[in-house]
Amino acid sequence: MSATIPAAPAPKTNRLGLPKADYEGGKSTLCLGCGHDVITKQIVNAFWGMGIPPHRVAKFSGIGCSSKTPAYFLNRAWGFNGVHGRMPSLATGALAANRQLLGIGVSGDGDTASIGIGQFVHLVRRNVPLVYIVENNGVYGLTKGQFSATADLGAKQKNGAVNDWVPIDACSLAIELGGTFVARSFSGDMKQLQTILEAAIAHRGTSVLDVISPCVTFNDHEGSTKSYKWSKEHETPVHEIGFVPFFGETLAEIPAGATKDVAFPDGSTLRFRGVGRDYDPTDRDGALAAIHTSHGTGEILTGILYVDPEKPSFPDVLGLVDEPLHDLPLDRLRPSKEALDAIMESLR
Amino acid sequence: MRGEMHMSSVATKPSTGTGAGRMIVVNDFSLQIATANGSGSQTANSVLMRAIFRMGVPVSGKNLFPSNIQGLPTWFTIRANKDGYIARKREIDVLVLMNAETAEEDVRAARPGAHVVFEKKLGSDRFRDDLHFYPVPFSELVVKLTMGSDQAKLRKLIVNMIYVGVLTDLMGIDPAEIEAAIKKQLKGKQKAIDLNLAAMRLGLEHAAANFPGKIPCRVERMEATKGKILIEGNAAAALGCLFGGATVCCWYPITPSSSLCESFIDFADDLRADRETGKKTAAVIQAEDEIASIGMVLGAGWAGARAFTATSGPGISLMSEFLGLGYYVEIPAVVWDVQRVGPSTGLPTRTMQGDLLLAYYNSHGDTKHPVLFPATPEECFGMAIEAFDLAEELQTPVLVLSDLDLGMNNWMSDPFPYPTGPRKKGKVLDAAAIEKVRESWGRYQDVDGDGIPWRTLPGTPNPFGAYLARGSGHNEKAQYSEKPQDYVANVDRLARKHDTARTMVPKPRIEDRFGSADGLLAFGTSHHGTAEARDRLVSEAGVGLDYLRLRALPVGPEVRDWVLRHDRIYVVEQNRDAQLRSILRDEFPDRADRFVSILQYDGLPLDATTVVEGVVSDRTARMRRSA
Repeated sequence: MSATIPAAPAPKTNRLGLPKADYEGGKSTLCLGCGHDVITKQIVNAFWGMGIPPHRVAKFSGIGCSSKTPAYFLNRAWGFNGVHGRMPSLATGALAANRQLLGIGVSGDGDTASIGIGQFVHLVRRNVPLVYIVENNGVYGLTKGQFSATADLGAKQKNGAVNDWVPIDACSLAIELGGTFVARSFSGDMKQLQTILEAAIAHRGTSVLDVISPCVTFNDHEGSTKSYKWSKEHETPVHEIGFVPFFGETLAEIPAGATKDVAFPDGSTLRFRGVGRDYDPTDRDGALAAIHTSHGTGEILTGILYVDPEKPSFPDVLGLVDEPLHDLPLDRLRPSKEALDAIMESLR
Repeated sequence: MRGEMHMSSVATKPSTGTGAGRMIVVNDFSLQIATANGSGSQTANSVLMRAIFRMGVPVSGKNLFPSNIQGLPTWFTIRANKDGYIARKREIDVLVLMNAETAEEDVRAARPGAHVVFEKKLGSDRFRDDLHFYPVPFSELVVKLTMGSDQAKLRKLIVNMIYVGVLTDLMGIDPAEIEAAIKKQLKGKQKAIDLNLAAMRLGLEHAAANFPGKIPCRVERMEATKGKILIEGNAAAALGCLFGGATVCCWYPITPSSSLCESFIDFADDLRADRETGKKTAAVIQAEDEIASIGMVLGAGWAGARAFTATSGPGISLMSEFLGLGYYVEIPAVVWDVQRVGPSTGLPTRTMQGDLLLAYYNSHGDTKHPVLFPATPEECFGMAIEAFDLAEELQTPVLVLSDLDLGMNNWMSDPFPYPTGPRKKGKVLDAAAIEKVRESWGRYQDVDGDGIPWRTLPGTPNPFGAYLARGSGHNEKAQYSEKPQDYVANVDRLARKHDTARTMVPKPRIEDRFGSADGLLAFGTSHHGTAEARDRLVSEAGVGLDYLRLRALPVGPEVRDWVLRHDRIYVVEQNRDAQLRSILRDEFPDRADRFVSILQYDGLPLDATTVVEGVVSDRTARMRRSA
């Protein structure tokens, strides 16, 4: 019987002095082993590591397994789980209305590439400041395993049905549309995923993250091209990535050797070292060519495939004030009586 | 024909261009100009209307135009009425025929005794012998203004100002007011002003020299428009949004709503840029479609902005899923539906009140929304502000139902009063307020018994106010729930909130002049024809009817009292299926058979004669039955 209880070690905190617990969410209701839960974990790690105040984060999602996940991270952030395929418009409106918010959207391959392709396209065109994650497993899980629009040609469903349709590649599409941060990763590659997420958080435009995230229940069998096994065998990182955020702490190791640095306007730096190839993530045409080639070779190219941190983001182009619009006092919103009278006079 | 009694011109003998022996009618006529779309007649027609308005005569203008950029027929009708009636009038007194394509049909359809100014080479006077004709060689005259062979396009434009000059002479319009209107319309473009003035004078001189007999429909100066303005409903709504503190406008172009957002953009460019930094206090986003428009509006409303969109019926159909989300997640949003003729693409450039049921019950599941019915530009302005207040106070999408007639036509109006009220934000908890209730607060708790919960805004520096808004089933704490009792409690609270809305939406305008057993009930632009019909029913049929103009749904206690006080109620609507009557029957099931529909749904604005005939025929039928 000890009279004193030994003090628990103080939890590790980030630069705001917050423990990781402050970035966690509710308990996942997804299947055991679901790739999405790995991504959720890395989202928690990235926001905690970057020291983002949770209340400044706005979470968005559509409909599907992936879209349930905003309930499983950052409970202290506001979130909006909208309708199927239309998360981009909700995020666009919210992030225009409040430029101080840091947006993260979680979508799936059906939510993005099938029903939501229209809104996805326009989100990227506008460069809305949003980390947009496609948790890509090639099937509709909640409706029991039908193919989505990212399923590969010839891929087999669990029941043996073969996919006859050409897949949509969210990455090459995003680059084509003028995307400013386009990455692909794999939920089985936690280290790479976390670094990409940290850099995406620092990016001020749209960051498209296509993350292969196997569905253990409906798409992890022989013949699937989105299974753990297939993805592990075919994942081909184009580079190693290091990231130094603006506040200086190196979150991810800086790779040695011949490297290329990309500076962000906020002072953060991305450093790349090619792996087995000479890959320049600031070369748009080169990135598109590499992705197109990989469609023939069956490689799943991962990494930050293209980045352009300088392009103005959506609220910049709109020329909006810096404050959240709801904070503006009425006298800054309602023109004077003289202004109304002058308009009335012009109508006589 | 009952309408004949109010005819502004009584012709006894047909004649050509001589006014002898005809009764002169002052400041009471309908003038219709037939042209081709895209021929530039809009400027000329606006000048005519404004000149009459500036002479102090109450006036309304209705543009009947095709869904086309160039070439198809267009008719512009100006009604001047000394008593202030501005509804469309069925009978046309003066016609101007500039369009070869429709000239014959227009002449054949004219009422006997009408006055017809026409392009001489059309030979329109050969089709009828009971009209008064004024042939004008417009195409020969216009060459005098611009000789060059490369000037054909310009001639097409300014020929319109020649008919303005002809009418100025024939109807006694003050040329000085025409000149002033031209200068105003062309805003300092001196070369264009000079050319248009020359064209107008050419027409005026031609008519003076060639038509000794004038049209007996005369314009004489009066004082009835003093202080008033001319404005389109869409521009008025845009001003209301601007002065109501709108900060986000998302839209997708669709006739007849586009000019609402375009006006907002024009005004905001000027009045919503920070004087020092030039930065904007309004975000304007042209979306990729209506689904995205409403999505952006809901995202912005969730983040605390005053956000709105404007669209028409097809857009509302597309927005349905999102409007249900707004209702269930409880987000303020304002949606203007400038109605046009459906179903489907319908008649995109004609007017209708056909979206009532679509708007009121929009989206799947049990949904119902507050819906406002502006009838005038002044109400477009005022209700734009009220809609934002209501949306924020009720935390729900509010739909405002305008229509093409109100939105795109020019209306006489009193100038808009400067809004002085505060922005009503409704129940929003800031960081300090969250701190006080952080243990007990639930996003969807009904703490005040009115069905309206307390909300928090993303970004508020107190994470205990954070919640996940979701369109899936949720409990009071905004947590995912499929429990039957949670679902029922939540939708029952939403029904309570709807009942709260009954006391908050704009109250009806009630004019019980007669204390009659029966009553007239109209809403939106049906008001104008109905109000005129009410007066005509007294003078023509000896029937005095009380009148209620509904200004919003859900119906409130004032409407309830009035309905219960009246026996038989004529419900005037511009749709086929008596949509408002359906809603009233649902509200007053015991009285379902007391609502009598008077309907017009031909795409034209409601005229008074339709209402007069509707009431008289119902009363006649009942008398026959009881006899």
